[in-house]
Amino acid sequence: MPSRSQPFDVLVVGGGPAGIAAAVSAASRGVTVGLLDDNLTVGGQIWRGEEKNATRPESRDWFEKLRSSNVQLIAQARVFQQPMPGMLLADTPAEVVELQYANLVLATGARERFLPFPGWTLPNVMGAGGLQALVKSGLPIAGKSVVVAGTGPLLLAVARYLRNQGAEIRLIAEQASRRNLIRFAANLLHQPGKLAQALELGRYLRAVRFAPNSWPMAAQGKDELESVTLSVDGSPETIACDYLACGFHLVPNTELASLLGCELKHGYVSVDETQATSIGSVFCAGEPTGIGGVELALIEGQIAGLAASKQRLPARLLRDRDKLKRFVVLLDETFQLRTELRSLGQPENIVCRCEDVPLAQVRRYTSWRAAKLHTRCGMGPCQGRICGPATEFLFKWRPDSVRPPIFPTGLEALATTPGQYQIVTGGEQ
Amino acid sequence: MSMPDRLTITIDGVPLSVAPGTTVAAAVMIAGKFCRNSVTGERRGPLCGMGICFECRMSINGLPHSRTCQVLCENGMEVRTDA
Repeated sequence: MPSRSQPFDVLVVGGGPAGIAAAVSAASRGVTVGLLDDNLTVGGQIWRGEEKNATRPESRDWFEKLRSSNVQLIAQARVFQQPMPGMLLADTPAEVVELQYANLVLATGARERFLPFPGWTLPNVMGAGGLQALVKSGLPIAGKSVVVAGTGPLLLAVARYLRNQGAEIRLIAEQASRRNLIRFAANLLHQPGKLAQALELGRYLRAVRFAPNSWPMAAQGKDELESVTLSVDGSPETIACDYLACGFHLVPNTELASLLGCELKHGYVSVDETQATSIGSVFCAGEPTGIGGVELALIEGQIAGLAASKQRLPARLLRDRDKLKRFVVLLDETFQLRTELRSLGQPENIVCRCEDVPLAQVRRYTSWRAAKLHTRCGMGPCQGRICGPATEFLFKWRPDSVRPPIFPTGLEALATTPGQYQIVTGGEQ
Repeated sequence: MSMPDRLTITIDGVPLSVAPGTTVAAAVMIAGKFCRNSVTGERRGPLCGMGICFECRMSINGLPHSRTCQVLCENGMEVRTDA
């Protein structure tokens, strides 16, 4: 352990496309760069498994750049606390580590939104990205039947992946209207890099059953899922299946940004044209600034990495970002949740899965804070990451404040004072 | 060093052979077991697959509440559901 340590010039939190692009871009000038991720390997959700076995040219390129850079990877590290500005504490399987930085890039990605409906807590009812992640980490899916439901482009990507792995996709139920989807498809043609994707998807969609105006109403099963009843373009239909892969688009992971005091607007981290947040030394890139997909994340990541290492920002990058930012609005408008989804949950259905708080209890209150204090909704280990976005849609509640630790950690980690941890540094200089 | 073809863990004392690269959460699903009982006694399995929801928490080698979707199986690993 070095006794006198230097802070990282640039520390990046989150190893998905935005974080990788930020770290590689910052490191290109020879500054010390750390890239921290809480997963087993880098790649984030969208490039999960691509590090070892790249199936896309753009992920192969970026992993190659990352490997040939001097970026220090810190995997399986989960930030839970900022004891003082310029310092973060993270939990790793072995110990708590202390990380100091001059500039920070937040690339914390997004998670799926889940909504309560009868049976949504049954085993084998999973997130769409959730099921994909499990299959990528060893769950055999060949020969299994899957209903994919919810909203957003992730549904199609997941269905295609699962089908390629041998799953039988019984239905993709997309809650967005046919009209919205046609408008979305027409607009994709004007987005850089999206045309080829749209055509490929079109070919794929002819091979599976895809229904717009459709959503899950109930999942049935004794101890685990047996069938799901959906409203399919206005008519109820029950489909037997092994898995229900269900997510209602994405919500940004803004907990760390909030903890650091970065300004948020409409639930997203506010950034200027250099991706700087309201705290000058903290930058943010990718989904936390607006759900916009991998192309935008890569560009924002590059801008954030260059800005955080005080390099010049190429005009081309800024132009591409502004063009792709229109996609954020398009996604938002296309996959807006319809009001019918607010009445899927029945009074006895659980909203908070950690504390098993039913809808009937939660909706007696008028704010997230009141519901938390009176019902323990959002007080379990996930700290409201699952039920928070649900209640945000159901009742238009916003979480009021973020307090450390932002992930559950051991008492000893909380009781230790800075200086007592294993220090991970940008090198002894 | 070459990777072994298979490795063996135990889930609630029952051995299970899995391919290297399998997470503990996936292994428990392969075994047809549930991860935990909720505070009102519902059976629960993995939901988010990315270490956020804590539904897949179990005990690994005696360490309780491990987020098993973020842990790879290792030979000889002892997994306890609902712990």
